[in-house]
Amino acid sequence: MKRFDIYMSGVGGQGIGLLSEAVIRAADHAGLSVCGVDTHGLAQRGGMVESFVRIGGEVTTPLVRKGSASLILALERTEALRAVEAYAASGGVLLYFDTLWQPLDVRLGKADAVSAEDVEEVCRRLNVRHMAEKRDLPDVRMQNVALLSRAAKEGLIPGVEMEHYRKALEDLLPERVLAENLEVLEG
Amino acid sequence: MKNLGEMLLRQDSFSEIVLGNTALARAMIESGTEVVTSYPGSPTPEIASALLSVPGEKRPFYFEFSTNEKVATEVACGASLNGHPSCVFFKSVGLNVAADSFVQLSLLELEGGLVAVLGDDPGANSSQNEQDNRHFARMAYIPVLEPSSPSEAYRYYLEAMALSRRKKMPVILRMTTHVCHGKEKVAFGAWKGGAVSTESRFDTSGGPMVPLTAAALEMKRRALARLSLAGCEMDSPAFCEVRKGTDSSRGVITAGLPFRSLLDVLEDSRRTPDILKLGVVYPLPEKAVEEFLRAHDQVKILEELDDVLEKDIKALAFDRGIRVTIVGKADDDDRIGEYTPDKVAEVLAKTWPDMVPLRGAKRQPSLAPRPPQMCPGCGHRSAFHAIRQALSKEDITVADIGCHVLGYLPPYEMGEVLLSMGHSTGTGAGLSLFNGARKVVSFIGDSTFFHAGLPGIVNAVFNNHNLTLIVMENGTTAMTGHQDHPGAGRNANGPSEAIPVRGVLEGLGVKSIREVDAYSQGKLIELVKEAMAEEGFSVVIARHPCMLKYTREQQRNPDYVRKSVEVNQETCDRLHVCVESFGCPSFQRDEDGGVNVSRELCIGDGSCVQTCPVKAIGLRKENRGGEKA
Repeated sequence: MKRFDIYMSGVGGQGIGLLSEAVIRAADHAGLSVCGVDTHGLAQRGGMVESFVRIGGEVTTPLVRKGSASLILALERTEALRAVEAYAASGGVLLYFDTLWQPLDVRLGKADAVSAEDVEEVCRRLNVRHMAEKRDLPDVRMQNVALLSRAAKEGLIPGVEMEHYRKALEDLLPERVLAENLEVLEG
Repeated sequence: MKNLGEMLLRQDSFSEIVLGNTALARAMIESGTEVVTSYPGSPTPEIASALLSVPGEKRPFYFEFSTNEKVATEVACGASLNGHPSCVFFKSVGLNVAADSFVQLSLLELEGGLVAVLGDDPGANSSQNEQDNRHFARMAYIPVLEPSSPSEAYRYYLEAMALSRRKKMPVILRMTTHVCHGKEKVAFGAWKGGAVSTESRFDTSGGPMVPLTAAALEMKRRALARLSLAGCEMDSPAFCEVRKGTDSSRGVITAGLPFRSLLDVLEDSRRTPDILKLGVVYPLPEKAVEEFLRAHDQVKILEELDDVLEKDIKALAFDRGIRVTIVGKADDDDRIGEYTPDKVAEVLAKTWPDMVPLRGAKRQPSLAPRPPQMCPGCGHRSAFHAIRQALSKEDITVADIGCHVLGYLPPYEMGEVLLSMGHSTGTGAGLSLFNGARKVVSFIGDSTFFHAGLPGIVNAVFNNHNLTLIVMENGTTAMTGHQDHPGAGRNANGPSEAIPVRGVLEGLGVKSIREVDAYSQGKLIELVKEAMAEEGFSVVIARHPCMLKYTREQQRNPDYVRKSVEVNQETCDRLHVCVESFGCPSFQRDEDGGVNVSRELCIGDGSCVQTCPVKAIGLRKENRGGEKA
């Protein structure tokens, strides 16, 4: 298959590491060639974090060029906007979990918070299909799995099916939290 | 869940999706590396987490986090002298700390072999600079292998250890951030298993081992001869890969991740150059490079950071009279930043615009960057909020390395200058000279205190400097992922005697020491004022456990109840101290000018409650009764 580039972003602490690892493993379970990379220099929360995943084709570098990701997965609204502006390819898709972790300049009163309409507007301008996910979860730490669930149901990654995502989570999650996460994935 | 520790000990060959760092851990085990040492630092800590995922009693190696990179190098060196294949790994700038011993390694007969894994950080993703450690290799006469992917990292480590054992010389494996953190499926070989040898092989007959007087020169001669032999061995297709392009008159010589970026950039090009990809970057594989130069009219040297290959290749071409145009760095910009595909496209377009397909217009970002923040509940935030009130505007604050360095950002703006691990007391002492009007306050974290902070403190006592040092003690090495340090009461292998910060300070002769929990803001303000009013060197220990670590541990408990605070909207006077001055990210602004608390972020630690002038912040009602939130 032709290569399919994914760019993911969020705020440190939201669990982008698991999201990206799950996508990589799901693609592998689907029999596709895949590579990726996270930027996780610092352990603490609050900064912007990003991750790249490339599926199919000859593996060159895990890093994706600006303006060339077919799919953007974002865990937070501000970062969704930032991600689309920098990495979305025209004709691509944005799926983001619609929660807001206000960045420093907003909290200091120096900038306005990003609204869902702002994100939609930028997507329209750049010819990117727009999807927001919002759902009540037993634990906020499952937002990443909720986003994965929506991506799976919408079939956003060509060739990767629900069973592959399920196997990926089975590889990655400890027994004590697996069942409830699978419920979020498939529910 | 797949078990990492079990995977690393598999005896059959297998393939698995792993990080570059994890691939290295398996390579260490497969190659029979018996002693591994480190000091935590990005981008390398996941090598340690992989090694430590093997249960203690099953480890076919000894691992330790040493107090700093120099000690880590020495422990690995000693083990190698005694016949154990050894590895030391740390981040780019760690080599500056290790350098005094590191530059001596090549002078010795390293009986067991020693591989140094260096995590360079082009782009300074998580470092104070983006130094190019290939310079050190030249100074230390140590060959350098540079992988471009996790699979290569695995293969090159095996090669590096084999070479090191064969020649009894150190070998550097130079990793870079996105090779360490890259993930792909790596095909691993079999491992026959085996226990660590307990035979002591330290033997001075292969010496000299003491580089004094004429011996230093004799040892240097041996090091140079070995380097040159190793260079010839590695001047082979195993480390020098040629890829044919469509334009045989032009060639690119490159290495590491920039090679991968180049392939990506050229993917849609009709005209592509031949590529020579070097796996060994020092010493220069002269045969392979000469052959490549002679076969082309123009050769572009595509290397990240400094012009190390470029200088060597130009010298080679001059010495051998090769008629070829060599194009290196076009300008200073070419020396700055990580060579991502976008950067490589920019760099290559300066030389051969016809080879780089045009992309759409650059998009302008509309948002301000989101810098990392101290976590909700962080003791450093509480401390900075208080300490700021104890200082006058003119006073000077000096930061050190660690989470507390984030205090330089608004709204705290504490810590106005930073050099390196442990520098703050020394730099603060210098700032205090001939400086009667402005008081100097330095900060240091507890891991850094043990790592490189002690000599500066001894100096402040010895030379009676006039400043206040605030030790921000959180019980862990937080920024790199919560590794234990000498004050933690644990090491990588189990419980150990905790070395108390206060006891060390007393032993070093510090007379003025005050201690307080960082959440007690009123008390902290008072103590800092007292300490600063004294003449001479004073220390305040502001202590609070790392709340990210603490909360993660609590969350593993099935009875854990997540708490949070709330803002009483009737009491709130919209003074915004919580959101603008205390600045915990849990406080978020409402469109109407009010403040709410994000339940996703707040951990209910309550360090903010005392900061509200009108007492509008309190524990959320349902938390007071302890019912599950």
